[in-house]
Amino acid sequence: MSPEMIRLIANSTGETLYMVAVSALIATLFGLPLGVFLATSGKGELFAAPWVNRVLGVIVNATRSTPFIILVVAIIPFTRLIAGTSIGTNAAIVPLTIAATPFIARLIEGAIREVDQGLIEAARAFGASPLQIVRKVLIPEALPGIVLGLTLAVVSLLGFSAMVGAVGGGGLGDLGIRYGYQRFMPEMMLAVVVVLIVLVQAVQSIGDRLARHLNKRIRHA
Amino acid sequence: MNAPLGYLGGQTAQRLIPAEPIVRLEKVSKTFPGRDDQPVTALREINLAVPQGSILGVIGRSGAGKSTLIRLVNGLEKPSSGKVIVDGADIAALPEAALRHARRSIGMIFQHFNLLSSRTAAQNIALPLEVAGYDKAEIGTRVEELLALVGLSDKRNRYPSELSGGQKQRVGIARALATKPKVLLSDEATSALDPETTRSILDLLGRINDELGLTILLITHEMAVIRNIAREVAVIEGGRIVEQGDVFEVFTRPQHEVTRSFLADESGRALPPYVQSRLTAEAAPGSQAVVRIGFRGPHATDPVLARLARDLSIETNILSGSVDEIAGRPFGTLVVGVPEQSLATTLDFLNKHGLDTEVLGHVA
Repeated sequence: MSPEMIRLIANSTGETLYMVAVSALIATLFGLPLGVFLATSGKGELFAAPWVNRVLGVIVNATRSTPFIILVVAIIPFTRLIAGTSIGTNAAIVPLTIAATPFIARLIEGAIREVDQGLIEAARAFGASPLQIVRKVLIPEALPGIVLGLTLAVVSLLGFSAMVGAVGGGGLGDLGIRYGYQRFMPEMMLAVVVVLIVLVQAVQSIGDRLARHLNKRIRHA
Repeated sequence: MNAPLGYLGGQTAQRLIPAEPIVRLEKVSKTFPGRDDQPVTALREINLAVPQGSILGVIGRSGAGKSTLIRLVNGLEKPSSGKVIVDGADIAALPEAALRHARRSIGMIFQHFNLLSSRTAAQNIALPLEVAGYDKAEIGTRVEELLALVGLSDKRNRYPSELSGGQKQRVGIARALATKPKVLLSDEATSALDPETTRSILDLLGRINDELGLTILLITHEMAVIRNIAREVAVIEGGRIVEQGDVFEVFTRPQHEVTRSFLADESGRALPPYVQSRLTAEAAPGSQAVVRIGFRGPHATDPVLARLARDLSIETNILSGSVDEIAGRPFGTLVVGVPEQSLATTLDFLNKHGLDTEVLGHVA
């Protein structure tokens, strides 16, 4: 492998990490409150608003069922509006964030719903307000599940980020398509796949370890 | 556990405190919307008063409405009609913020403890204080006091997963007491615990009632809980209170079928199977009458059967029996077989001696 190739791979890895990190961060910022709201706004729940809950649910499902590659193309005008351009890593962050937000919201909703209803009842019984229940009971108790969900989301984002390469988004996917496929350099394709595998493994094991550390439900020896 | 002031201390305190009960339910009914538009009535016209400083137990089978009843007291459920007065305030009429404030003076403990798994024992106890806006130093001191009160100072940094059931419930009790409530609600607090642990938790609750003068309202399906700790009892069935009063009175002279069935579960009250299977309603030639004799309080240890044999030459046949304690007072039950021809004389003799009798049937 030539030094030139190694430089290309290193650059692309940097771009991928940048896209994934920024979009995961922004998507969590939006997805966390959305997920908490989805989990607590059903009928008879803390922030009961069944209609809003249903409408948000439909929007979330619609976004999630749109194939990512179509989403990327469909929102190009919006991407231009936000990023000023529709090509490059910064532009790629827009569709990545939009795809990841509902995904993260659903994962967080699931983690919050796992929290024992008895804890909400206990918190209400000692005079906690709904917001206090979210902050002091639901999120801390769901944290191991939330961390595992975010890990899954980051892994998915790594996959999505490779897809934005197809529309000039930069990163490892872009490298793989341009060099590995269009210039037919199988060693470049292989290198890209190996780097992605290593990244996914690293993210997953960090996430697992963190979740295990946070989970006090299991007795630590 | 057995503080010298103990039981008498509680009694004196009760007499000194004015008559206004701390919790009062007035004609409370609760209906839930059910399936197929068939509303389910959980409670019907409940009247209940919990005097300050007392321990009142509500006993009922599952589905009798007792969970709904206790949840009305801290506003986790709203009554469909009627009033729930706690410490002078109508809980059902309070706006949300005022209700949250009122809940700080109503502690609650649960069957499954409901502790946060992500917080240590000390942090769990601190939670209601954080919510109420106490400052850090105050929380620290108060949590230490509470840990000492429930005997868990050495477990302060343990997570619930590292504690036994009894220890978890102690944390639950400490958490419920954190904001210095006037009433403690206990929702089947010992139902998930073994008998020995149950005993120690009940002792702790009894001690808290004595030392802090805290009023306790508890619901349970276990006779043992009522017998060991309650001073007053209400028996609930089908959403109604069917019997209510002093524990000793109610359980030594049960009026309602449900109350009797709870007592039947107690050792010594049930007939031995060989008698039960042969029991008939009518006397037959050569049969014996089966009589249950209740010995209450001062008579519990009288040698009445010996006197019956000596004075009237009536020989009885002991089928089962026990001497027990209800609300700290001795209570004995004896089931005897009496020759049919001596039945009237025997009952007369026993009633004269101040004993309760009940003819259960006849065996050949």
